Amino acid sequence: MPAIPTEIIEEKLKARFPESILQSVMHDIHTLVVDKNKILEIIKYLYEEETLGFRFLTTLCGLHFPKQTGAEIGAMYQLHNLETNTRIRLKAFMPVEKPEIDSVTPVFSSANWQERETYDFFGIIFKGHPNLKRILNLDTMEVFPLRKEYPLQENTRKDKDDKWFGR
Amino acid sequence: MESPIETEKPKNTTIINLGPTHPATHGIFQNIIELDGEKIVHAEPTVGYIHRAFEKLAEHRPFYQITPITDRLNYCSAPINNIGWHLTVEKLLGLKTPKRVDYMRVIIMELARIADHIICNSIIGVDTGAFTGFLYVFQWREHIYEIYEEICGGRLTTNIGRIGGFERDFTEVAIQKIHKLLKEFPKTLDEFEKLFNRNRIFMDRTIGAGSISAERALNYGFTGPNLRAAGVDYDVRAMNPYSSYQDFNFEIPIGTNGDCYDRFMVRNEEMKQSLRIIQQAMDNLPEGSYHVDVPDIYLPPKEEVYNNMEALIYHFKIIMGEIPVPVGEVYQCVEGGNGEVGYYLISDGGRTPYRLHFRRPCFIYYQAYPEMVKGALLSDAVVTMSSMNLIAGEMDA
Repeated sequence: MPAIPTEIIEEKLKARFPESILQSVMHDIHTLVVDKNKILEIIKYLYEEETLGFRFLTTLCGLHFPKQTGAEIGAMYQLHNLETNTRIRLKAFMPVEKPEIDSVTPVFSSANWQERETYDFFGIIFKGHPNLKRILNLDTMEVFPLRKEYPLQENTRKDKDDKWFGR
Repeated sequence: MESPIETEKPKNTTIINLGPTHPATHGIFQNIIELDGEKIVHAEPTVGYIHRAFEKLAEHRPFYQITPITDRLNYCSAPINNIGWHLTVEKLLGLKTPKRVDYMRVIIMELARIADHIICNSIIGVDTGAFTGFLYVFQWREHIYEIYEEICGGRLTTNIGRIGGFERDFTEVAIQKIHKLLKEFPKTLDEFEKLFNRNRIFMDRTIGAGSISAERALNYGFTGPNLRAAGVDYDVRAMNPYSSYQDFNFEIPIGTNGDCYDRFMVRNEEMKQSLRIIQQAMDNLPEGSYHVDVPDIYLPPKEEVYNNMEALIYHFKIIMGEIPVPVGEVYQCVEGGNGEVGYYLISDGGRTPYRLHFRRPCFIYYQAYPEMVKGALLSDAVVTMSSMNLIAGEMDA
């Protein structure tokens, strides 16, 4: 089956969520910036609507743009319709002071660990997640290391003395 | 005084730690398993023991220096990851590689798939108590590593090729070794299959163990042989052809039950299909250059660097990471040894990626493990784990 044209996806989403589709661009894959309060409803709609049928969550990750005031932290979702081979990317941005978004685990079981990973590295609180705790880093860690302000050579460790190596 | 022997307990379950380092886990995996007798009530996997912050590291390195990082994701099929990363950068730069490069890449990626499946399938044998098959096929893994060595110098962590092509063409020795593999490996594979496919013990151990339905597998984000064993024919090579995969004839084997036996059989058949693809690529290997002719991106030959000012400037600029990168956002996926390996790259035009996210297939599908082993025996849990082709390096990034 041929891929679903981007206009149709956009039209359908705009008809269903008139105020939640903020931006639509082509970044290699059709990318939509959506209202973060509606993310679960939009993904549920994309999953359940017969003609869209985005039933595969390819990947999910966090983003950080410190210069976008009020929308610094982002969550990226990439969905795939395996029957028509259509891919779509959704992004939702939220302020760094209150990085909260609905969890998509009710729709996709695969979001469970990926959301934990995103929480681990970006500090995004996924509301409604069954077990939101760190996954790859230490449980005692207090920082969110993939945020841009966190340096590669971190300063919280006391056991490293690099002054003799010019660092 | 309380009796030291407890005679009555309201809930008679045992909690055991399978791992972090246990001979049956092939890597650093921990599973806290709650057992009722020998039946698994609940399993809780812990991951992250070898986390090395690859996504953070990648934000501080020029593009060509990220290739060695991708080696260390899935170290059983490192060339696929390397080439996937080259394809990602080429997509961002808008480079079109010559056909010869595409075919050479296809050969190497299929060799890597065979090496990966050899390990996974023979380890299933070891975990079910059959050590012989492992020794039969491992000499061919060594043979494939010799081919890598001939092409790029590396063996396990290959760092194969460059953005835009290869450092050198296939040597005569490499071509001979590939022909030898094509001629003689099928015999070993047949022997291997004779040992396992209709073996009563092996069948009893694997049929019905760790099965998952197609629907659940899709919901859990399964890709690769594990998804195909459940009956879904999703293969990136066929659906989103990259590196000229559309030129080749091959079949996508699928299973029906999604259990350990189906996963094993799907991998065996995939090895045969890989051999078919390599044969076609070797027969039709186009003449031409083994790299793109774009001096901004592809390193000049060493003799020219020493004798030619322009080449020296390009050499210096490329090594310092100063290549003309556009602002953009790309996603490139390749069919890795255990599923869809994806690279999501955001570039702000600088010398390093602004953000790089790896889609690591086994990190995503390993979360189905508790559901797959629930109610099974402890020995089934071990077989299920080895049949899922989990690579600790890939999972923990």
